[in-house]
Order: sequence, then structure tokens, then C-alpha cells
Amino acid sequence: MVYKLVYENLKHRPVRTLLSSLAIGLGVTMMLALVGVGEGMLEDQANRARGVGADLVVRAPGSSVVGMGSLSMNQGILSYVRSQKHVTLATPIGVHSTGGVSSIMGINYDEFAEMGGGFRFREGGRFSAQNDVIIDDLYAREKKLKVGSLLNTMNRDWRVSGIFASGKLARVMIPLTVLQELASANGKITMIYVKLDDPANTQAVIDAMKKDLPEYPIYAMEELIKQFSVNNLPELKAFIGVVVSLAVLFGFLVVFLAMYTAVLERTREIGILKALGAGPGYVLGILLRETVLLAIIGSLCGILMSYGTRWLISTFIPASMVQAIVYSWWPIASLITLAGAVLGVLYPALKAAKQDALDSLSYD
Amino acid sequence: MAIIEIQNLRKTFRSGDVDVHALRGVNLLVEKGEFLAVVGKSGSGKSTLFHILGGLTPPTSGTVKIDGQSLTELDEAGRTLLRRNSVGFVFQKYNLLPTLTIRDNIDIARDISGKTAPWDAAFNEVVEILGIAQKMDRKPRQLSGGEQQRVAIARAIVNQPAILLADEPTGNLDTENSDMVLDLLRHLNKKTGQTVLMITHDPEAAAFADRIVQMRDGELYGA
Ligand SMILES: Nc1ncnc2c1ncn2[C@@H]1O[C@H](COP(=O)(O)OP(=O)(O)OP(=O)(O)O)[C@@H](O)[C@H]1O
Ligand SMILES: [Mg+2]
Repeated sequence: MVYKLVYENLKHRPVRTLLSSLAIGLGVTMMLALVGVGEGMLEDQANRARGVGADLVVRAPGSSVVGMGSLSMNQGILSYVRSQKHVTLATPIGVHSTGGVSSIMGINYDEFAEMGGGFRFREGGRFSAQNDVIIDDLYAREKKLKVGSLLNTMNRDWRVSGIFASGKLARVMIPLTVLQELASANGKITMIYVKLDDPANTQAVIDAMKKDLPEYPIYAMEELIKQFSVNNLPELKAFIGVVVSLAVLFGFLVVFLAMYTAVLERTREIGILKALGAGPGYVLGILLRETVLLAIIGSLCGILMSYGTRWLISTFIPASMVQAIVYSWWPIASLITLAGAVLGVLYPALKAAKQDALDSLSYD
Repeated sequence: MAIIEIQNLRKTFRSGDVDVHALRGVNLLVEKGEFLAVVGKSGSGKSTLFHILGGLTPPTSGTVKIDGQSLTELDEAGRTLLRRNSVGFVFQKYNLLPTLTIRDNIDIARDISGKTAPWDAAFNEVVEILGIAQKMDRKPRQLSGGEQQRVAIARAIVNQPAILLADEPTGNLDTENSDMVLDLLRHLNKKTGQTVLMITHDPEAAAFADRIVQMRDGELYGA
């Protein structure tokens, strides 16, 4: 019975219901989009790391696990790695930051291609000239580049010679030697990817290399990929915390306003219920249920809208960002929003519950 | 046995620095099954008396008993229970919930008092008598004033209250509709033995009752 009243109340003011739900949903979308982008980008990084086809990686001393790194390792180490037992292929790569989160990667094309089972080119092919660059399809889509297009980075115009299917560590690649030259870092590399005769030997090889190269972080690729998790990104975790608090505040404010005006608008209705013998709990229950319903509708809107943000991201900036749909956050985001909403309805509901029946049933 | 016993009932409102003595020692006995009309000039205290009987406001002093239960000691929670179980109120303005259908308007009164069973035969008959059985799925605004007031009467007695209080139930109605409502009130009173107290300005309306009492300056005459 109460649900009928709640439902009719929501239906009676469709614009209010719609706008409140959308506003509540925005908070949910904020959380889902942020968490989704975090997870999506980590997942994408992990996939691209897997695409290299290596069993282990040797990184420069002092470099971080998740970051891309810089040209700080001596190339001389390469021959040592290649001479190790079980190593069938070792290829160096160089990473040069081009500002912000974008970077460009230098590879030894043949080795790199062989390790990962070759590039799948959607268009064009490998570099043939000094100023050639290959890019992945997402980057091409985001920057609207085709084979033959010019791409300006590192103060230089590059010609796109090929567009490959994403999933090969980097989105923009040039020959390693060209990168070293431009970065004035001849003989310097960022890391070495290593392929073994049998992945089962990974730990043995790492243990052996660590004896000779104690300062070098050496990771099995499997281990490294496991590190691509939100837990290893304290900044992202903190930011999620901020957005969660904002979403609670948002839900609180929206519901406070919506329900406060609803209570003011319904003094007569509340008076009638009280005259019929409804106690404070009954009136409180009505408003609480209405709020919970709004929060549920809002959460559904929010979840739908998070598909919208994913579409926007994958359509306009597919190379810069990836948003995953993180199902496990649906209930979390909904409950967080519900908490804000319930906090928001408390004051209006108490005001309504305390209202005197006679106040609104005056006879004029 | 008297269903309502009022002795020396006083009600004083404080508005600003002035005390308004709305009731100045009211005495009244109403028998079970009686249909009583209360007449009197505007401001004489009629509504105030009904609000106290209906548990909408506490008395200042004196004793008031409904069906043996004293109202003087009741706190807000006690008055809520009184409104829920012992009295039915009909207002001049019909005061139906605009978003609910007629059926739901009646059912919400039952829901508040914790009843969920379908209407019994007796109440179905009441609904027939009131002539609203065919309007159950409409919204209040689709009904005429007279029909809405008949719904309000049905809602007021659905929980079988000890007393039905009607404060100028025909104040907003034309003669035809008002006669119909008054007829129905008397009919229900005779048929079901429902005790009815009705405030009215209109001597013709008062004539429908078994007994008429007069309120003058917070005192009741003819009681
Ligand atoms: N809440 C209140 N605060 C202050 N004074 C009040 C209040 N309610 C009623 N009064 C005063 O008490 C007196 C009696 O009012 P009441 O409403 O009982 O009269 P009434 O007989 O119902 O009048 P009417 O026929 O116009 O409805 C009036 O002087 C009124 O101004
Ligand atoms: Mg009055």
C-alpha cells in the first residue's frame, strides 16, 4: 500500500523524478567511469605487455615496476643476457617520454616482431626510412592518421609507414637506433625483453641473472603483469576515494533538495495521513522508501550512463584511455549512492514525521 | 453507557501575549449510536472541541473520555493511536490523497491501522450505500465534491471507529449534494449504529441529527 503511494508520488512529478534520478546517477557514473578507466587502462597495459611475447624482462636499476622508464640502461648488458642458458631471444627497447603520459618506443624491428609472433598490419608495413613510424590502430583512429600521414613528435615530422593491431606494448614505435640518436642516448636502452626455450625455466634464469646483476630488477612477465593493479597505484586509489566522497555528497545534496521540497509540497498529504493515525514511523517509512527507490532508479541510470562514457572514450580517445565495465563496482557504487541518499532524506523525513496534523488541515 | 463523556473541558490557546479561551468548561454526554449536531457561531469553539475529541490536539484541562478511555493523559503517541483506532474524521475539505485512487484512499486508512484483509461484506455494503462502489478506480479529481465527501466518509469509518466526527461536512456542497451526504450519514447511523457528531452552520443540516447542541463562546448549551 505504501509502495503504491510512493510510486504514485514519483509518477506525479515525473520531471522531478527524472532529474533527481539522473543527478543521483551522475554520482554513480563518476565512480564507475573512474574505476572503469583505472581498470581498463591497467588491463590494456597488461594485454600489451603480454603481446610482447617475452618470458622475462630486465629493467634498469632503480626503475619502477609499473612506469615505462627512460633510456638509462647500458646496452652492453645485452650480450650478457643473450649468452645466458635457456635464452633464445633477447631484444632491447627504448622508451622516450614525449610529454605527459605519451611516449614513443624504439625497437629492433625484426627481433621484436619475432618475439611476439609478428605485427598484424591493418595498413602499410614496417619502417623503411629513417623518419618512418608505425602506430597502432587505436592511435591512428584517435589522431585520424593513415599510412603516409605525417606525425609530429620529438620536434620532427614522421611518416606513418604502417598501422598495426593494438596489443604490442606501445602505440607509437620507431627504430631503436633512431630513437637513441634523437634522444642523444647512443648505447642506452630502457629494458630488455627475453624469451626462453621453455617458460618453465623462467625462475631458474632469473635466479641465475640476479647473482650477476644484483641491482637490476628482473621480473617474470607473469609477475610483472600481476603488478598492473589498482592496489599498486596509490594515487588512483586516493582519487577513487575522493570521487566516492563526492558521490556521497552529491547523492546527499540531490536527495536533500528533492525530498525537502517534496515534504514542503506535501504538508497537506502528510497532515491527512497523520489525521488518519499514521505515526512518525509511517511517514518516515514513506519518504525513506521513496528515497531508496530514487536511489535505485538513479543507480540504474548511472550504470547505463557509464556505458555512455565508455562509448565516448572508445570513440574519441581510444588510444589515450580505455574504460572497462567493472561489474563488481555496480553494487558498490549503488550502495555508496544509497548511503548518501539516505543521509540526505533524514532531515526532510524527520521534519515531516514531526509535522503537526493540524498545521496543514486548516479549514481555509 | 455514554460513549463520550466530557466534563469541564477547557482549551486555551496562547497566541502571542494573549490567551484565547476557545473552550471554557464544556460538558457533554453522547450515547452510543447517537447522531449529534453541534451548531454555533464562527469562532465559538466547535472545531476545537472536535480536534480534542479526534486526538488532533490535547485539552488544557478537564476530563474527556471516549469509550471509557481518558484522553487527558494521552501523549502524542497515544493520540496517534486514538486517531488510528477510535475516531474517524470527515473535514469540510474532503482531504483525499490526490495521487491515489478512491480504493487506495480507503485502503491506506486500513494500512495505517495494520489491516490487510479484503473488505468485509458490511463495508462493501457501506460503499454501496454511499454510492461510490463504481468509482473505486478513479482519482479524487475525477469525482464531484459530493462524491469525494462520500469517499471521505467511507474512509473515516473503514476501521469501525467508536465515533465519527464530521466538521462541516456539507460546507462545500450545494443543497442537493449536501442533502444526499446528510441522508447517508443518518442512514449509516441508523443502520450500523455508528455514533456521529457533526458540526454545522446550517439549521437544516442540523435537523438531520437526533439531538442538537449549541456552542456559544466556548460553552455548550442544550447538552
Ligand atoms: N491554533 C490556534 N491558535 C490560536 N487560536 C486558535 C487556534 N485554533 C483556534 N483558535 C481560536 O479559538 C477560537 C475557536 O476556534 P474554532 O476554530 O474552534 O471555532 P469554530 O467554532 O470552529 O469556528 P468556525 O465556525 O469558523 O469554524 C477562535 O477564537 C480561534 O481564533
Ligand atoms: Mg470550525
